[in-house]
Amino acid sequence: MIQRVTLAAAALSAALSGPLQAEDEAVTAFTLENGMDVVVIEDHRAPVVQQMVWYRAGSADEPPGQSGVAHFLEHLLFKGTDKLAPGELSATVRANGGQDNAFTSYDYTAYFQRVAADRLELMMQMESDRMTNLRLSEEDIVTEREVILEERNQRTDNDPVALFREQLQAVQYLNHRYGQPVIGWRHEMESLDMEDALSFYQTYYAPNNAILVVSGDVQPDAVKALAEQYYGVIPANPDLPERFRSQEPPQTAARRLTFKDPRVAQPYVQRSYLAPERDSGAQQKAAALYLLAELLGGGNTSYLANALQFDQQVAVYTGAFYSGSTLDDTSFTFLVVPAEGVSMQDAETALDATIARFLDEGVDEAQLERIKLQLRAAEIYDRDNVNGIANRYGQALSIGLTVQDVQDWPKILQSVTADEIIAAAKEVLRPETSVTGWMTRDQEVTQ
Amino acid sequence: MTPLKYIAAALVACFLAVPAWAGIKIEEVTSPGGIKAWLVEDHSIPFSALELRFRGGTSLDAPGKRGAVYLMTGLLEEGSGDLRAQEYARAVESLAAEFSYDADKDSVSISARFLTENRDEAMALLRQTLFEPRFDQDALDRVRAQVLAGLRSDAKNPNKIAGEMFSKLAFGDHPYGSDGKGTLETVAALSRQDIFDAYEAVFARDRLYVSAVGDITAGELGTLLDDLLGALPPEGAPIPGPAEVTIEGGVTVVDFDTPQSVALFGQKGIKREDPDFFTAYVMNQILGGGSFETRLMTEVREKRGLTYGVYSYLVPRDLAAVYMGSVASANGKMAEAVEVIRNEWRRMAENGVTEKELKDAQTYLTGAYPLRFDGNGRIASILAGMQMDHLPISYVETRNDRINAVSLEDVNRFAAEFLEPEGLQFVIAGRPEGLETTN
Repeated sequence: MIQRVTLAAAALSAALSGPLQAEDEAVTAFTLENGMDVVVIEDHRAPVVQQMVWYRAGSADEPPGQSGVAHFLEHLLFKGTDKLAPGELSATVRANGGQDNAFTSYDYTAYFQRVAADRLELMMQMESDRMTNLRLSEEDIVTEREVILEERNQRTDNDPVALFREQLQAVQYLNHRYGQPVIGWRHEMESLDMEDALSFYQTYYAPNNAILVVSGDVQPDAVKALAEQYYGVIPANPDLPERFRSQEPPQTAARRLTFKDPRVAQPYVQRSYLAPERDSGAQQKAAALYLLAELLGGGNTSYLANALQFDQQVAVYTGAFYSGSTLDDTSFTFLVVPAEGVSMQDAETALDATIARFLDEGVDEAQLERIKLQLRAAEIYDRDNVNGIANRYGQALSIGLTVQDVQDWPKILQSVTADEIIAAAKEVLRPETSVTGWMTRDQEVTQ
Repeated sequence: MTPLKYIAAALVACFLAVPAWAGIKIEEVTSPGGIKAWLVEDHSIPFSALELRFRGGTSLDAPGKRGAVYLMTGLLEEGSGDLRAQEYARAVESLAAEFSYDADKDSVSISARFLTENRDEAMALLRQTLFEPRFDQDALDRVRAQVLAGLRSDAKNPNKIAGEMFSKLAFGDHPYGSDGKGTLETVAALSRQDIFDAYEAVFARDRLYVSAVGDITAGELGTLLDDLLGALPPEGAPIPGPAEVTIEGGVTVVDFDTPQSVALFGQKGIKREDPDFFTAYVMNQILGGGSFETRLMTEVREKRGLTYGVYSYLVPRDLAAVYMGSVASANGKMAEAVEVIRNEWRRMAENGVTEKELKDAQTYLTGAYPLRFDGNGRIASILAGMQMDHLPISYVETRNDRINAVSLEDVNRFAAEFLEPEGLQFVIAGRPEGLETTN
């Protein structure tokens, strides 16, 4: 079990599972007087509850020079408060037969516990305590900084694929903080201190910047009463800054990079384009891009797999990925792993030719209908995973979407037409916003 | 530092009953044709999960054919009956069903998820998958290339490098001693006939375990089982005998140029059916069982910042048992991590655990147990695993009592006789400073 998960490298896999949502899920949403949003999702099949608190603060909200501080703070929240000794929160969850963890991404930081339903109050007591009463010692800072550096070693520095993605992401964004890794650049992580962590904490950790998501065997009224008792008494932060990141200027030049590492076993080509994200009340284009990714790269029946793996046999793997669940501009990504004996250039050329042919031919209506059918079925399957539904709401509300947007999303996906998909593709797949990366071993670069 | 109200809350928790068992009712169903399955009916969502396990797994590879079972399993979704690979994939999509296949050291598993509204069509397609696989040469070559790409990646992955070396040291020439995916050489040499032979070896009635969870009745399941599985041959290939665990203790370094060393460590383990198994399970929770409060996490991560994570786990497989752990540390820190871990092994063997550690572990393990049963597919998988472990159908109701029955004397006696600080073998991939191969 990996503790305290960073979502730094999860963009691709998030696109694979995709945002979907059930028809009759029992969702209740309200806002406390201090501005804290609350979502309750009922599932009474087992006497279990999950509490999540999401903060609208992630690595893209960090000040310059302090990359990694959002994630560092996430680790430090497991240290003490006035009432809790370091580690006591997790120990108490464990002593109640529960599990807890947390994760940080570009746009949010979230903490959660899973426990028997009758222990929800204790969880709220402790989670609300650490929202504003964190107490850190210099020793906590020094030791935990070593831990996050080892985490960076494990997730990134020991893995050429992760290092390659980090470079691609940095090049994709000219001006936006999405170009900085969630875990942080090593040289900046090494200098993170108590003041950096507490400054981020005091700026962003407040009820009017948080979302409580409770899922499982609970009644909305009871959750509301507890939420008011524990979170409702915390004053809003009147100085909460407006959420603003420097935005991308027009991108006018295609970029290329070649990453070399002797640890690379399987060279591949990755191509990404800057792409619009889901916006509240305006999700149609994002839905079209989601379906475009499925059509082009969603498995063995997709257009790319058919052309490059089955027909021409120039690739052992192809994929297309899009996740619109971000606050600011996201990316649309292709991946091609060349077959044995196929050069990187030939693989890239074949990818471009195939995309061009797709845009020319238009969408296969039968394939689109199969994808939509599977999305409808997913609404049924997803009801089996109430914590997945909780994640979907927490993430959406963290990035400026509403409960209504989440509930509209499946219908919007079903309504997207073939023409809208092609139009969205032509708008997004423009060379001047693209980054093309080759991941190679040293010796292959000169070929 | 701890205020009274939290102490009170924690104490109250200890005296309350552990979270009531999720209340699922497991029923044994026997089809008219004599196929047994465990079933949990739950009609709240209109789909079902079905889990099939065939004992044997990649350990059934014929001599010189390492990787055949793994490749065969990957080819099941590459066409059957009249349907070639992509036609088959489109057929599955058109039913909005999901079939997934996996092969590990002890079993091949098929996990299916299908809607109630087209259950018969989905099961007909799964039956065709199981009984009329095509194993077309072009599909074989295409999937083989993917497996080979995976093997090349594994060869540059420090986790896999350490794992491969540990298996070799622990199990030698037994199938457990090598990767079930095979090697570049053996996989490249596999023929279409080898794939058919692996298929014949794996799928049979005498090694089948079945569970179903969801929107299906016992009667419906009985009919489904006969239709789906009735044509299986009675017997498959013989399963190999037990593996001798040949761990001696020491350090083995596999040179790999990367900033962070990855270590696996282990010693002889304990079998699932051993009377001390629950004692071992509770002891492991205290030593390194995957939460923040374990001794290994406290000493290696929380106090010294030597790692992001350090864990230990019991591995009671069908043919051998080991007790293992893992840790990753920067090359300059690994030597210290190894020393701290070996010391924790020794400290627990010599001094045992405290009453509080035991109680905390028991409360956690019993409380967390129901959290596992969180979805039809998960429950189906657990039920199939229980049958493979020869556990009784009442196990889920008695399991927590058995955890709670473990006494301090049990743990301390067991830790003293079981833990081998000097017999602990570390396999490290990386360039750990100050560590060299000793065996």
